[in-house]
Amino acid sequence: MAILDKHKILETNATLLLIFSFLVVTVGGIVQIAPLFWLENTIEEVEGMRPYTPLEMAGRNIYIREGCYVCHSQMIRPMRDEVERYGHYSLAAESMYDHPFQWGSKRTGPDLARVGGRYSGEWHVDHLRDPQSVVPESVMPKYGFLLNKEIDGRYIQDVLKTNSMVGVPYSDEMLENAQADFIAQADPDSDYDGLLERYGEDSVTVRNFDGQPEITEMDAMIAYLQMLGTLVDFSTFTPDASR
Amino acid sequence: MSKKPVQKGKEVETTGHSWDGIEEYNNPLPKWWVYIFYVCIIWAIGYTIAYPAWPGIKEATPGLLGFSTRGNVAEDIAEQQEKLGPINAKLEAAELTEITTDPELQGYAVSAGSAVFKTWCAQCHGSGAAGAEGYPNLLDNDWLWGGDIEAIHTTISHGIRNEDDDDARFSEMPAFGDDYLSEEEIDSVVNYVMTLSGQAPNDASLVSAGAEIFDAECSACHAEDGTGDRMQGAPNLTDAIWLYGGNYDALKETVTYSRYGVMPPWSKEASEAGRLTEAQIRAVAVYVHQLGGGE
Repeated sequence: MAILDKHKILETNATLLLIFSFLVVTVGGIVQIAPLFWLENTIEEVEGMRPYTPLEMAGRNIYIREGCYVCHSQMIRPMRDEVERYGHYSLAAESMYDHPFQWGSKRTGPDLARVGGRYSGEWHVDHLRDPQSVVPESVMPKYGFLLNKEIDGRYIQDVLKTNSMVGVPYSDEMLENAQADFIAQADPDSDYDGLLERYGEDSVTVRNFDGQPEITEMDAMIAYLQMLGTLVDFSTFTPDASR
Repeated sequence: MSKKPVQKGKEVETTGHSWDGIEEYNNPLPKWWVYIFYVCIIWAIGYTIAYPAWPGIKEATPGLLGFSTRGNVAEDIAEQQEKLGPINAKLEAAELTEITTDPELQGYAVSAGSAVFKTWCAQCHGSGAAGAEGYPNLLDNDWLWGGDIEAIHTTISHGIRNEDDDDARFSEMPAFGDDYLSEEEIDSVVNYVMTLSGQAPNDASLVSAGAEIFDAECSACHAEDGTGDRMQGAPNLTDAIWLYGGNYDALKETVTYSRYGVMPPWSKEASEAGRLTEAQIRAVAVYVHQLGGGE
């Protein structure tokens, strides 16, 4: 065939081969990726999603730093056994402010997408300090050092700004008060009205998460864990079954 | 290219490429492979028609079969609920005390309860229910809030010392180190408490003073003889079973700083934070009750 004979031109010309290979890959990319940007059912709108508070964001960064995602997924698949064990299957909208998302692909430990509120803060401290003290068969390493690492949220405003650059809707007010909000969330005696006003009264927990007077990485970590999967109220949410 | 062409006796043409005199035969692909390849193409076309596949402007084609993973899981759950519906309804309707006398209900409750326990309770109470420091052992007959089936059911439904359920079991031991008692007084009462459970006190000379303080400060909840009060979740101090440790140091910490163990409410009906249905709660209550310590 005449057109196949022309193939020889590509095969003998490296630059042309490169250009045409790129075009082929581009077509594949457009077909697979581009529709996600306009298909209405990719990310359904759900009520309750909000950006992470500064303290939760710090906890999230510790979660990523410690590589928690290597053993824990944050993605409940739509299957009966998963829904019964972990709760409602995850929605795309629930990771809309995650950069990067923590879906993961490996479950040495359980899925954490809805771990928020499942255990008490005290349990989390006990468990992170020495997992085997509460779950003897666990193979999780100890993270007690989080209790000793004090943090003050000095750079948290930069983290929030970076996130807002990639589309997380942090308001100017949120960015300005980032460090103040960071400190307020870990101290129930502080003036945290501003924090609640900015991020939502019902969805923000103000607590001394680790039970120590200082703010430590443990506070941030538990603040993050305790809000995971709690934002969407599934008693009022009806998923569109065709999605 | 030292091998002979595949088709014996026939001259096989080459691809026409020649590199330094090396040529490539243009043998045809095996027929079986080619036909499977064509079948796959046809099957793929049918598949994209039957199942959601082609992206459009606003949504993808839904597919003739109307498949969706969400629909699937909803169906799966509905099917399971339908199967278990009758026995769950029977479990919910039964008197708690009578479940154990009905072999069918008891059998179902224990195996369903075991699954609930391993999913929701084992993280604190241990997969074998033996507990851990600060998390009660459910295998023994020592109960903080009562060990009959009704008490266990109430505890699981509403939890302990949580803020999510107004009916949660609640009591709070004061932190006696907070200006209640001096360090010496705490020392005395700890020494006395050690004698209650038959341990040798750390300092025998303090025991009698400790007894007086115990009488004044502790007996209202732990009872005068130290056997505790289940109405208030006050533990029995006369046995060898300790939730936070019964040695001198652990007792001293308990008296000085108090303890505040919490348990979440599990009943969906009683609280927003609840995660279990009444049938699941009854099943796990029966399971815990039959572990060995049920009254």
